[in-house]
Amino acid sequence: MASRAPFSLEARGLRVVLGSHPAIDGVDLAWNGESRMAVLGPNGAGKTVLLRTLHGLLAPDDGRVLWSGAAALPGDQAMVFQRPVLLRRSALANVEYALAVRGMARAQRRERAREALAAVGLASVADRAARVMSGGEQQRVAIARAWALRPRVLFLDEPTASLDPNAAADVERVMGEIRGAGTALLFTTHHLGFARRMADEIVFLHGGRITERTPADRFFAAPRSREAEDFLRGELP
Amino acid sequence: MNDLAESARLALHLVATADAELRGIVWLSLRVSLASALIACAVALPVGALVAVGKFHGRRAAVVLMNALLGLPSVVVGLLFYILLSRAGPLGRFGILFTPQAIVIAQAFLVMPLVAALSRQFVEDAWVEYREQLRSLGVSRLRAVPTLLWDLRLSLSTVALAGLGRAASEVGAVMIVGGNIDGVTRVMTTAIALETEKGDLPLALALGAILLAIVLALNGAAYALREWSARRHG
Amino acid sequence: MTCNLARPAFAILALAALLAAPAASAADDFITVASTTSTEQSGLFKYFLPEARKALGFDVHVVAVGTGQALDMGRRCDADVEFVHDKVAEEKFLAEGYGVRRHDVMYNDFVIVGPASDPAHAKGHDVVEALTRIAAARQPFASRGDKSGTDAAEKRFWKMADIVPRGAWYRETGSGMGPTLNTASGMDAYALTDRGTWLSFRNRGDLVILVEGDRRLFNQYGVMLVNPAKCPSVKKEMGQKFVDWVISPQGQKTIASYRVGGQQLFFPDAKAGS
Repeated sequence: MASRAPFSLEARGLRVVLGSHPAIDGVDLAWNGESRMAVLGPNGAGKTVLLRTLHGLLAPDDGRVLWSGAAALPGDQAMVFQRPVLLRRSALANVEYALAVRGMARAQRRERAREALAAVGLASVADRAARVMSGGEQQRVAIARAWALRPRVLFLDEPTASLDPNAAADVERVMGEIRGAGTALLFTTHHLGFARRMADEIVFLHGGRITERTPADRFFAAPRSREAEDFLRGELP
Repeated sequence: MNDLAESARLALHLVATADAELRGIVWLSLRVSLASALIACAVALPVGALVAVGKFHGRRAAVVLMNALLGLPSVVVGLLFYILLSRAGPLGRFGILFTPQAIVIAQAFLVMPLVAALSRQFVEDAWVEYREQLRSLGVSRLRAVPTLLWDLRLSLSTVALAGLGRAASEVGAVMIVGGNIDGVTRVMTTAIALETEKGDLPLALALGAILLAIVLALNGAAYALREWSARRHG
Repeated sequence: MTCNLARPAFAILALAALLAAPAASAADDFITVASTTSTEQSGLFKYFLPEARKALGFDVHVVAVGTGQALDMGRRCDADVEFVHDKVAEEKFLAEGYGVRRHDVMYNDFVIVGPASDPAHAKGHDVVEALTRIAAARQPFASRGDKSGTDAAEKRFWKMADIVPRGAWYRETGSGMGPTLNTASGMDAYALTDRGTWLSFRNRGDLVILVEGDRRLFNQYGVMLVNPAKCPSVKKEMGQKFVDWVISPQGQKTIASYRVGGQQLFFPDAKAGS
């Protein structure tokens, strides 16, 4: 595994209020990216809100998020959303767009974009309109776009939620390669199998609070908190 | 009923013989309406988008103002430009009054509020969908404007067409700043107004039918273009 | 972002400029004549302007509005020549210093039209008598009420009859001759109109000419060059040439030869040596 420059994330006392009650409340999280981190929890636990807050898309009402080292700048991070948001242009153009925003020169953009699409297995359809592609392909374009930016940290919010098993397997493979190239992964998911395969550490979120943080294999064998136990047993939705 | 039958006959006759005067009037109408719609779009599409995604003091006031301008009576605009462009007015020395250029300017200003308000609405609705992803990619609000304008090109082409239709149907302001000069600033709408004034209703209706047909044709072409584009790009 | 927006914006604006650009020949080779809607609608200009162009070598752009507005145009220096038919207003214009000299050009006449059945018994050759009878019978009368030359004439006739027309029977439309006649036709009302508009008016309904021939119904046209001293932008050489041509024998002949429905509409009366 190629190692990239170190960084650290320190989230302290995070509280984000959406509507009338806090979506996350009193969340502390420290992470240096060496472990692949999955955030699990029932619906409404605040997983997506947590990711968005850590990535800087939401400002916390209380507490703070501190990134330092190689992930200090916003440009060092990228995020793949549950429903990919692609522009009305070709897959290739979508990836090039992200690179153009970063100021990369045209020739270089084109090459890097093709490479990224090839990495997710979409080289043959690079010139097809992104919005007419299947859900799985669109998600892969979104991942290719993020990957082309060579982020230090990649957030993924339920990356396989709307995908069939084949497409999900593709995403898993790509994530593995991205990780192999040195990008830190922090993701949420509903698919326990996916989490088991893809995570080193599990953070369990319930009611906006972190109830435990455990190495993955230990978590699935014997979770420490009651809520996590109920969740794994399928009693929490 | 007689009027309608006679207008239909007249309209067909005028078109079939490619009446020279009619041709001149139609060509002038197309030129000035297209020009003013283009100018209005070049200015108002970005302005609408900027207000949609922007975050600045007085943004809400800007939205209210833009929507209010939709109700601006065209004769008022005509009068304002008449006063501005008149020799006795501040811009008199350019001698633009009673020329097609004056018509283009007045029409452009009339169409801008429409295009801006619609653009703002479409972009604001889309912004909800695009916002976080663009932010994640490091796209500033300002930078997002051209991206959104291009991405929403299908919807915005409808807006542009609405603007073109508004321009092509304008008569009050065009009469005032253009002067309806035979062969110089007489467009379809002012020609129709003149014939109506003269009491020649069949001719007025015939011209009206021709104007409608042209606008319909433009819209039809734009619709086909959009369909094709939607199928290609989704 | 600016270069992403600037380039397409400029391209669009360039295209717009191309479409809107004045024809190369347009240049400054024309004068602007302020005249009235009734004159334009009579078709006179369409007829004699091509002759003028041949004789003078430049274009004449006629902006047709109400008399009041036409003279205002001159005051604002937006016209080079005035060609209207309200002697009182024209003399005032001259007195204010906006005109150089006023020349008689031609006259046409007004007529009173009304329903063929003539309920007010207005028919005849006396305009004041006719209006008196119409008012007494309170028969519907459609008036322009728009500060135009025709309207001013109509108001003068009422004054001559010593009547202030008021009441539901007297309808001011605030619009041009055509629409006013449309209203009259629709209401079976009386109306004062210039003969020219009447001759080309197609929506007559039940209306016919009832009163004509009264000398007072003659509608005198005057032409004036707008004063370059007050308006430096006036194209005085070309303007003066036009004025001279209109009152010249050639111009007068052209005016006289204009026909509508086989009838002469305008009777040239420029005074020799004026």
